[in-house]
Amino acid sequence: MSVIFECRDLVKSYGNVTALKGISLQLESGRIVGLLGPNGSGKTTLIKLANRLLQPTSGELRIAGETPGVKTKAAIAYLPDKDFLPDWMKTDALLKFYGDFFPDFDRQRAEEMLMSLNIPSNLPLKKMSKGTREKVQLILIMSRRAQVYLLDEPIAGVDPAARDYILRTILNNYEENALVLISTHLIADVESVLDEAVFLKEGQIVLHKSTDEIREETGKSVDEYFREVFRC
Amino acid sequence: MKWDFKSGEPIYQQIMRVLRTQIASGEYPPGCRFPAVRELALEAGVNPNTMQRALAELEREGLLVTVRTTGKFVTEDQELISRTRSDLAADSIRALIGSLKNLGLTEEQILKEVEHSLKEVE
Repeated sequence: MSVIFECRDLVKSYGNVTALKGISLQLESGRIVGLLGPNGSGKTTLIKLANRLLQPTSGELRIAGETPGVKTKAAIAYLPDKDFLPDWMKTDALLKFYGDFFPDFDRQRAEEMLMSLNIPSNLPLKKMSKGTREKVQLILIMSRRAQVYLLDEPIAGVDPAARDYILRTILNNYEENALVLISTHLIADVESVLDEAVFLKEGQIVLHKSTDEIREETGKSVDEYFREVFRC
Repeated sequence: MKWDFKSGEPIYQQIMRVLRTQIASGEYPPGCRFPAVRELALEAGVNPNTMQRALAELEREGLLVTVRTTGKFVTEDQELISRTRSDLAADSIRALIGSLKNLGLTEEQILKEVEHSLKEVE
């Protein structure tokens, strides 16, 4: 497995607030990695930098060897942490939209998943419940045969049954040789699917380890260990 | 649908215990074809790499056998399977004895209680 996501001394400041304070991180393909940290620790900033929605203040970030840009957008399937699609769009239009934009979009796979959820093709996003909307967005993202999946808070704000559905959809659909990076603070829900955990605290990485190592060395679950590291 | 994992123990080891039990109890009979990694991972709600590691360890123990290109099968070695069953039984019994001793029971009392409960179950 090779390093597909790499940053070196990555800094991002917003005015006089420094959200990322010099992060160095290497992630390999074929792994599912949790980007774990409390609110405001820099998770979304890091993911936005990787998608070139933000520019680094200093330092370097490379995905599949490239600085974030047009090329990396073809390789990355990105799920933002809030609704990101026009809410008047219907599911069939969204399928076409994704097919037009991304050559790696597997429309048939997306249709099958939508069908199994009984989501009508003429239903606009704004008529869906929050849980259904999150599922539809995730289905679009996971139907891409991407090299890197960047999922920002995919399970926040939905009920436990929807969480299970979302995690199962991720496990069921990601490309075997891809990197899946899941940012969340709901660790108990995701820890059994993670290979590795990255703890982000106040803009710095305080830990990067395999989840089995964490369990073995601390005698705690990743969730319990997280609560200890981030105790307020 | 997901398996229940305890904290503080690597998940692949917990998976191994579940699968060992399923093989020892005959839920997966000797010589039967084992489900694919991805399928099992999905059932357990874990990462395929974690499941792969558990299966590789079970293979090292001899409980699973890989037949090239066709997949993984449960061993046909009956002796190994019954040894696995006694090991698992011994583990449960040790745990039971431990907690009964914690309760303050003597060995005689433990035997009596177990016999009593066995009759009740029958």
